[in-house]
Amino acid sequence: MSVFVWIESFAGRAVTSSWEALGAARIIAEAQATDVTALVFGENASAIAAEAGQFGAANAIVCQDEYLREYRLESYAALLSELVATHGPSTVVAVANNRGRELLASAAVDCDSGLIAEAIELRFEDGRIIGKRPAYAGKVLMEMRANTATTFVTIRARAFPAAAPADSAAPALEMVNAIEAAEAVATEIDSFATEAGRVSLSDAAIIVSGGRGMANNPKAAPDGLRGDDAAIWKARDGYENTLRPLADVLGAAIGASRAAVDAGYISYDHQVGQTGKVVNPDLYIACGISGAIQHQAGMRGSKVIVAINKDPEAPIFKLARYGIVGDLYDIVPALTAALRQRLAD
Amino acid sequence: MHVATFTRSTPDTAARVWVDANGNVTWGDVATVVNPWDEYSLEETIVQAKAGGGESTVIAIGSDLHNDALKHSMAMGVANALRVEEPTADMNDSLVWSALAAGAIRKIGAVDLVIFGKESVDLATDQHTYQLARRLGWTMLSYVSAILEADYPAGTIKVEKMLEQGKQVVSARLPAVISVMKGINEPRYPNFLGIRKAAKATIPVWTAADLGIELPRAATAILGFANPPERDQSSEIINAGDLEANTRALVDRLFEEKVL
Ligand SMILES: Cc1cc2nc3c(=O)[nH]c(=O)nc-3n(C[C@H](O)[C@H](O)[C@H](O)COP(=O)(O)OP(=O)(O)OC[C@H]3O[C@@H](n4cnc5c(N)ncnc54)[C@H](O)[C@@H]3O)c2cc1C
Ligand SMILES: Nc1ncnc2c1ncn2[C@@H]1O[C@H](COP(=O)(O)O)[C@@H](O)[C@H]1O
Repeated sequence: MSVFVWIESFAGRAVTSSWEALGAARIIAEAQATDVTALVFGENASAIAAEAGQFGAANAIVCQDEYLREYRLESYAALLSELVATHGPSTVVAVANNRGRELLASAAVDCDSGLIAEAIELRFEDGRIIGKRPAYAGKVLMEMRANTATTFVTIRARAFPAAAPADSAAPALEMVNAIEAAEAVATEIDSFATEAGRVSLSDAAIIVSGGRGMANNPKAAPDGLRGDDAAIWKARDGYENTLRPLADVLGAAIGASRAAVDAGYISYDHQVGQTGKVVNPDLYIACGISGAIQHQAGMRGSKVIVAINKDPEAPIFKLARYGIVGDLYDIVPALTAALRQRLAD
Repeated sequence: MHVATFTRSTPDTAARVWVDANGNVTWGDVATVVNPWDEYSLEETIVQAKAGGGESTVIAIGSDLHNDALKHSMAMGVANALRVEEPTADMNDSLVWSALAAGAIRKIGAVDLVIFGKESVDLATDQHTYQLARRLGWTMLSYVSAILEADYPAGTIKVEKMLEQGKQVVSARLPAVISVMKGINEPRYPNFLGIRKAAKATIPVWTAADLGIELPRAATAILGFANPPERDQSSEIINAGDLEANTRALVDRLFEEKVL
């Protein structure tokens, strides 16, 4: 009745948010007086399992098969479901990111088990997990539980603290083989492109975000650009040369409002909000964003919100802990300079 | 060739939603809209069905609250709509939901592709999508940002999909379930003819018995809803003098808050 935690890896390394899943697994194991078993599949799995041991996993189930080298939903879910059937864990935990969500939801079907998705808090009644999760874009919270022997739980990124290093012995390793069902694997990965060196929005501790106000860049657009094209040029220049330096000083990710995305100022993967990403960083700096309710849905969980806007009536100031009224093209460079100086001291 | 899609009605994203004294979620008398993420899946359904020279069907699982979303889908141009409602089922449970959804797809028969929106803005689990694919035993491709090729007679599809770490191009066999992202297309607005056609349509309702399935036991239970705790509303507009003084004061505050 151990607690299973899926340690996601990418290119042979553990994805850092996996340590938050391990942190949640340890909380569950403590409440249920049991231990944690890390599941590690794919490239470099043994080394990652050893790392999981340092963060408090007592056991690890490792599959190093070439067949599972690349993550594929079908083959990963087949092995996970088999392990649940043979080991009967009380719980299976993973982070609610693209892969964790689909993997646990699929295995929950195979195992006829209940899934609590995107939990932000857990409590226990007689050892049974009760998960709290946001619904209606965080406007209400709901509590739910599974009534099956195994509970599947995905946790929202940054909602649980990462597991602290534990001075435990090396985890007890169990090596397993992949479940080969070649005909079940109907997908081939043809290519992969990554934006190297960029901080991911969902994991970021600090986010600097720009909205439609980014188009009011005082810099002149190149000759020949007019109207929307000039606005796009100005906004893009602003993200690169005004917001990016601030983000770099802070080690922050760059976010955006939907208005900025729809206008073509920045790509959709930066959008924060109800139809973008939900983020909960320690610090969220909103620049030239009015603070529409759909934007708030994506960022109101941030610990400290700072608003920079030239309109003192902008709704974002009601949500923000700190605000400065003024032109972002004056304030952001000054803030970047003040931070550089302070961090150098 | 047949493309199916699922949709639901959700409260308007600008609506205030709260838990009333009886513990029920309410949004007053604000209208519902088609789940905003589904505008993209509905558009893609229309586009793919046309490209493949086939049929399109939109399905909602649940009460007649979802008829509005179905009518909107038809007004956009999805050819057929149907609703599955089973009074004895716990519609909040995703294993029950996916059993009904899989039953509906099997009853339609010969579906090549099921297209979902990324998630629903109210419950936002996206587990419905994966659990349907798993029940059907079909290929699952999530967070598709472009369909690069689809050869329905040959039963193959090639898509670009999003990961936290970047973009992947993946080839897969049909039939498949996919979820699509904003940006995959420009959703159309319903036109006058579409709205008139949808208004006249009667939407068939299927029960578990019509689908010929046995319902699984619900694996989860919702214990209750609550309003979130009030945010610490204290706001400070920093006005320490000139630009440098203001930004220096802000940096001081951020250090005091220990977020730097
Ligand atoms: C179904 C639905 C889903 C949606 N989903 C999302 C979502 O996921 N995310 C999202 O963000 N929105 C979403 N929206 C859109 C949302 O309603 C707003 O339209 C959007 O958030 C506005 O973006 P904005 O604040 O950048 O633009 P605006 O509202 O136009 O605000 C721009 C702000 O910039 C300020 N400004 C201008 N120039 C400067 C300057 N030089 N210096 C300082 N300040 C300046 C202005 O005072 C203003 O407050 C959604 C809407 C709908 C209907
Ligand atoms: N009751 C429902 N009927 C039809 N489609 C639904 C229903 N609930 C969710 N969906 C669809 O499933 C997808 C994922 O939703 P969710 O799993 O709720 O985030 C969305 O595109 C929804 O439109």
